[in-house]
Amino acid sequence: MKIIPKLVTYFLLTIAAFSALVPMWELFTSTLRPSDQVFGEYLRASHPTLQNYKDLWELQNPNYIRSLFNSLFLACAGVIFQLFFCSLAGFALAKYEFKGKKVLMGIQLLTVFIPGAVTLGPGYQLMYQLGLVDTYLGMLIGSAGNVFGIFLFRQAMLGVPDELMNAARIDGCSEFGIYWNVILPIVRPMTGAFCLLTFMGSWNSLLWPSMMLQSQHHHTLPIALANLVGLYSNKYGMLMAGTFVMVLPVIVLFLVLQKEFISGLTSGAVKG
Amino acid sequence: MNNSDFFKKQQKLAPYLFVLPFVVTFCIFSAYPYVKSLSYSLYATSGPKDSKFVGLGNYQFLLSDTDFGKAVLNTAIFAFFSVLIQLPLSLGLAMLLSQKWVKAVRVWRLAVFAPNLMGQVAVGVLFGVLLQPKFGLVNIGLAKVLGNQWLDQKWLADPQNVMPALVLVTAWMSIGYNMIYFLAALQNVDQELIEAAMVDGANGWQRFRAVTLPAIAPVMAFVLVTMTVGSFQLYELPRLLLGGGGPDNRGLTIIMYLFNNGLLSGDLGYASAVGWTLAVMLAAISAVQIWFSGAANREA
Repeated sequence: MKIIPKLVTYFLLTIAAFSALVPMWELFTSTLRPSDQVFGEYLRASHPTLQNYKDLWELQNPNYIRSLFNSLFLACAGVIFQLFFCSLAGFALAKYEFKGKKVLMGIQLLTVFIPGAVTLGPGYQLMYQLGLVDTYLGMLIGSAGNVFGIFLFRQAMLGVPDELMNAARIDGCSEFGIYWNVILPIVRPMTGAFCLLTFMGSWNSLLWPSMMLQSQHHHTLPIALANLVGLYSNKYGMLMAGTFVMVLPVIVLFLVLQKEFISGLTSGAVKG
Repeated sequence: MNNSDFFKKQQKLAPYLFVLPFVVTFCIFSAYPYVKSLSYSLYATSGPKDSKFVGLGNYQFLLSDTDFGKAVLNTAIFAFFSVLIQLPLSLGLAMLLSQKWVKAVRVWRLAVFAPNLMGQVAVGVLFGVLLQPKFGLVNIGLAKVLGNQWLDQKWLADPQNVMPALVLVTAWMSIGYNMIYFLAALQNVDQELIEAAMVDGANGWQRFRAVTLPAIAPVMAFVLVTMTVGSFQLYELPRLLLGGGGPDNRGLTIIMYLFNNGLLSGDLGYASAVGWTLAVMLAAISAVQIWFSGAANREA
């Protein structure tokens, strides 16, 4: 292999990696600068301080810390519900023949092409009629209907050999036992990818939560951050600290689930 | 009922029980609102309780509303340039990374993918600061490389620069995500075919056209369609970056229009009409893209 193509490749990769990481590094370092020195230097903090985080901590409106816990609760609960119900339904669609299966899959395919914005109006009205506006129950109750998740799990479970399931049946395993003890461990990579995608979806969403969660003590982080921008548009240090607080949990989760994420994310699409 | 009866029963009932939670929630919280929104789009409403039948009035109004026209135009321009920039760059990066001798693939992949973890809301706030004239990191960097006139570049306050800013920030965020799909697709390209083409004297571009492109065509179509569908639903980034439509409403998108003119004012019927108009546009564009990808693939 010639040396020039190698050098060019590494040069281009370095540019790409730098362009991706420099803004994130600037985000991190700017949170550590004194609040009147946010634009005093770049990409480093020569007099690091936690003042910006302290300012954020002491805020009453928006109550950022409360919002952080609201977001954590909603994202984790959402992930658990969706993980269970989507994998269970995906299992049935992948490994059983039953009445109405074709209809179900057809309807699912249809909704993928209709943007969710269509249901914002009637969806809100339904929540209003059920008395679920401004409640966490209202945010979580639709969880089991995640079509995309069911599709992902079905794709991953199609490849599991029937012999494995039959062997478990002979050993006296119930159908739910097969799902729990045989199938779930096999599709672990998909589970990791699904957890991260679902967590990010809930964590970063603004439109629907901002309609649903109206009282301040129910606000999630994206709502709180949007309010922060509106109220303190000149306190750059605090804004950056708020942004970093929102980003950090996702980065940690990603680092934990990295391997599963890459293989899980691509397996459905490439096989599909 | 003895034990073996029970065992048989649960075997028969199992799939129905497994899909039951999905079917119930899907019917109530997805299917019902979908169907309802169709009839809803024929009503003018104010709040969840008060509505009046207006027939196709909502659709007539939105098609004649210049703001809606502007939102559609902005969104279409955004989608077009997003695809134009992101598709070649993410494929190019994936091809660089899938050369066998490249070291530390995981580290490069992680670095390029990282911005995607931030989400549009955080990215919007971050770049709202980074794109400031005079002090923002972007202009400071550009001034160092390209000359001092870039220091005063107004990205978010000058109507002409709003769309380039949205497209570039989105590209920064999304290229790594799409690269992951191309990386996986490139692993399935038959290396023996590439080597055979090399023996036959095919140059790099010919090998790409004849071997690589057909092999990754399905994934390319998938990325193209999801990218377009995603671009047409842009909302959170401009909302945070511009605080709304931005100067001269150049950053007004279809979803932002739907939110401002339907949901905020309590006209859920109008919001539904805007939503279905978007749905029809997306269905048409996706159909053309899928058909085109298929045709291009057969020809190659």
